[in-house]
Amino acid sequence: MSQKLVIIGNGMAPGRMLEHLLEEAPDRYAVTIFNAEPRVNYDRIMLSPVLSGEKAFEEIVIHGDGWYIKHGITLYKGHRIVAIDREAKTVTSDHGVTESYDRLVIATGSVPFIIPVPGKDLPGVLSYRDLDDVNAMLLAAQSRAKAVVIGGGLLGLEAAAGLKERGMDVTVLHVMPTLMERQLDPAAGYLLQKAVEARGIKVMTKANTKAIVGNGKVEGVELMDGTIIPATLVVMAVGIRPSTALAKDAGLEVNRGIVVDDRMLTSDPAIMALGECAEVGGHVYGLVAPLYEMARVAAAGLADGEDRRFVHSDTPTKLKVTGIDLYSLGDFADGEDREEIILRDASAGIYKRLVLQDNRIIGTVLFGETGDGAWFNDLKKKATDISQMRDTLIFGQAFQGGVSSDPLAAVAALADDAEICGCNGVCKGKITGAITTKGLTGLDDVRAHTKASASCGSCTGLVEQLLKLTLGEAYNPAAVQPMCGCTGLGHDDVRRLIKAKGLKTIPAIMQELEWKTSCGCAKCRPALNYYLVCDWPDQYADDYQSRFINERVHANIQKDGTYSVVPRMWGGVTSANELRAIADVVDKFEIPMVKVTGGQRIDMLGIRKEDLPAVWADLGKAGFVSGHAYAKGLRTVKTCVGTDWCRFGTQDSTGLGIRIEKFMWGSWTPAKVKMAVSGCPRNCAEATCKDVGVVCVDSGYEIHFAGAAGLDIKGTEVLGLVKTEDEALEVIVALVQMYREQARYLERIYKWAKRIGTAEIQKQILDDAEKRRAYFERFVFSQKFAQVDPWSERVSGKDKHEFRPMASVGFAEAAE
Amino acid sequence: MNWIAIGTIADIPPRGARCVATPQGKIAIFRTADDQVFAIDDHCPHKGGPLSQGIVHGAAVTCPLHNWVISLETGKALGADEGAVRTIPVKVEGGRLFIALEALASKAA
Ligand code: SRM
Ligand SMILES: Cc1cc2nc3c(=O)[nH]c(=O)nc-3n(C[C@H](O)[C@H](O)[C@H](O)COP(=O)(O)OP(=O)(O)OC[C@H]3O[C@@H](n4cnc5c(N)ncnc54)[C@H](O)[C@@H]3O)c2cc1C
Ligand code: SF4
Ligand code: FES
Repeated sequence: MSQKLVIIGNGMAPGRMLEHLLEEAPDRYAVTIFNAEPRVNYDRIMLSPVLSGEKAFEEIVIHGDGWYIKHGITLYKGHRIVAIDREAKTVTSDHGVTESYDRLVIATGSVPFIIPVPGKDLPGVLSYRDLDDVNAMLLAAQSRAKAVVIGGGLLGLEAAAGLKERGMDVTVLHVMPTLMERQLDPAAGYLLQKAVEARGIKVMTKANTKAIVGNGKVEGVELMDGTIIPATLVVMAVGIRPSTALAKDAGLEVNRGIVVDDRMLTSDPAIMALGECAEVGGHVYGLVAPLYEMARVAAAGLADGEDRRFVHSDTPTKLKVTGIDLYSLGDFADGEDREEIILRDASAGIYKRLVLQDNRIIGTVLFGETGDGAWFNDLKKKATDISQMRDTLIFGQAFQGGVSSDPLAAVAALADDAEICGCNGVCKGKITGAITTKGLTGLDDVRAHTKASASCGSCTGLVEQLLKLTLGEAYNPAAVQPMCGCTGLGHDDVRRLIKAKGLKTIPAIMQELEWKTSCGCAKCRPALNYYLVCDWPDQYADDYQSRFINERVHANIQKDGTYSVVPRMWGGVTSANELRAIADVVDKFEIPMVKVTGGQRIDMLGIRKEDLPAVWADLGKAGFVSGHAYAKGLRTVKTCVGTDWCRFGTQDSTGLGIRIEKFMWGSWTPAKVKMAVSGCPRNCAEATCKDVGVVCVDSGYEIHFAGAAGLDIKGTEVLGLVKTEDEALEVIVALVQMYREQARYLERIYKWAKRIGTAEIQKQILDDAEKRRAYFERFVFSQKFAQVDPWSERVSGKDKHEFRPMASVGFAEAAE
Repeated sequence: MNWIAIGTIADIPPRGARCVATPQGKIAIFRTADDQVFAIDDHCPHKGGPLSQGIVHGAAVTCPLHNWVISLETGKALGADEGAVRTIPVKVEGGRLFIALEALASKAA
């Protein structure tokens, strides 16, 4: 019988704990998680790159929805636990869900500290803690107006850099005389300020906020000296407080954080706490490295595994602002018994300081050049006596022995147990070991197998150097992600070479491009098949054995092996005859479920595979063709009722939608393509979250593209406005053809567009009439071969073998 | 061994599969690119997906439901996944296919 483990909070600490626990004791617990944030576990550290635009949210998700499903973990998103009943051993959420536990883990993280000044609650005052904060900042940044960041620490500076990157005019207010004074000495703080100002961010130190002013919304920040700094956005990043209220209410021992012992047990042995909310040995933490160690300890405890205890260690601080390198570790205060070694290079903007006690490093501050951080950290951790190398110590590891100036040498000389990734506690030996034994070839591999460089990413350079050292020439950092294990080539190269070398069959591609396997795998074959279908529409014979089952039998496989069938209803319009035909089919084949889909048509689910051709035969008689609900191809074109009926309609949106669908159905695309046409900006067909959408307006047709509303939610980009329906059709068709020819298999339009850039697409599709026409015509040509209803083909006997068993045997024997 | 005829190799497309219905459920018969033939239960060790509907590559098949890769030779899941499906003796003689029925009976017993 598995015990019940309930976790409050789904941040980075418990996420890591679960990974360890699933490894050590996968079946011990039935796990339920409650998370106040309405989302899965993501890399909070990387919010800054999301803010600055260097990464998208989907790139920083640690555990996607699938992970919870795979491990049978129940995740309540958007549920805040409001009470713990220790007597009954239950927790209750603000939505009224109560869950009982055998073991409870509290991982509520921290809450941002809000300075209690007048105006702190005005709209436009934000903190910087989660994705909602980032989204709110991004929204505010669209105005490109003025922003004030209160707090010149790590978070404040990252927020400031991100907002600046997004085009805002940013001022940082810091109450102390120098920035990041808790991690940097004044000299480094000064250099940091210069570097921040060099990016166009204003910095005011010794700036004490008196009030946030504004009428109904933020208009500025007033300082103690009366100065008012105008702003429409204020970000408060002045510190965090462990989130302990829940634990306190439950009567657990709470000091600064929730007090736990070195096995993460709170004053109630059935309850653990970990992460930023926990206080262990008098320390609370705000960086992930120690939290990950807590995760390891807690997992060992829950798994009844080794007796692991938490020990305190210092974690280096780095700033994730591209172009500013700083590193700080340990204690760097001056003192009687301390000495220091300093190196300054004003022209290069470099400052390094080591603080020594008894010939041992106890603190390090590096600015401008941080490559030796790992080495200094190692010397500190091991308390190495440095008297022998005192003269050259500050120049770094490469100078020890006074020989090498090769940048790789420093990394080469690191001991195997030197820590490379601080966040995840991964040492050099583990990385090089994984590279050799597991045959890793790139950064992503190393991240997947060792977790090194998978959190804040600041050790990426070191990891790359280790790859270089271990693999020598074989490591090519610019190498693209190969399509799959069967080839070293990426999708783009393969697509290019198919054209360049005139490759027209899958075996030809595999031969010419030196595939490593005899006949590919389930990843590369469908991709190659699509590329060939797209590039040689008239010459290539579609290889059905390289298609997923859905596309092979033109229906969607269900979990029980039955299929669903979705016929086209052009533009979402149907008729009594069509509905009658569907009703008859449902009766005749005893179809257990009929459902209206999210795509404005009807789905029949639970059909036996053997019945499919007969079902299609009946549907075909009523005029239905396949809806391609299974295809990497055109799915639906949703419409609204438009000028025909709606009092607000500006154009015939229904007619245009049907026209597009009839023109484009049957075409194969890199990933599915969904469209919609709305008759006015009220947008009832939801055109602004589709791969391609049209919003009709009085003056014509606004063409949208690159939206998504599935795994990711993304509003569309506007491609442009055209005047006539004909132009709208031409533009849409050309856009889809450009996508068909360029995208990587399984890459939706929004991902492709992000790579190529909206401007480039506008240039080719809107501005260059000749290009647009050429794309359009290539699409029309390929449709000659694609617009064949796959259902009627199968009704006439194509691929019969797919729908019938080969033989039935053994029934007589079993009867005895 | 009791060999039962189930059809000919031409009934199965290369890099494809067909099913044979038996009292204990379906058996999937696979034909690889180089015309080797394998038989395994049509039941993925993960969640029972119909393996006969998967993509065949080398001497392996990828399950259509959640992409486990199953070795046709051993019936074992390849890669990080763990699990195995029963393999059934099969032989090709002059293009005709036979499976061994004892294996079926032994499962029933
Ligand atoms: C039937 C339907 C749900 C419903 O009952 O309404 C549906 C059912 C499935 N969706 Fe969907 N999706 C349906 C509308 C949608 C919509 C809404 C829409 O199209 O307006 C979305 C969000 C819009 C979007 O795509 O951006 C949607 C986003 C997804 C996704 C996420 C795709 C993504 O790239 O983010 C998947 C997974 C995938 O494709 O890999 C998916 C996959 C699936 C699959 C095919 C799962 C699978 O691989 O077996 C489901 C097949 C069930 C079946 O056999 O019919 N379905 N799916 C809808 C069919 C519409 C149609 O008439 O063709
Ligand atoms: C912008 C930013 C940049 C950072 N950069 C770095 C960095 O470079 N290096 C580094 O080491 N660290 C960095 N950190 C700190 C690091 O992200 C945190 O230390 C870490 O995420 C804390 O993990 P946690 O699991 O303790 O809490 P969190 O990740 O904060 O998760 C706590 C979760 O619990 C939920 N919760 C709270 N109360 C309840 C309740 N009552 N019921 C249900 N759910 C609840 C919250 O909604 C939240 O999702 C950064 C943090 C931020 C915000
Ligand atoms: S129909 Fe879509 S949302 Fe519903 S379970 Fe299937 S994939 Fe998920
Ligand atoms: S059932 Fe085969 S992979 Fe899930």
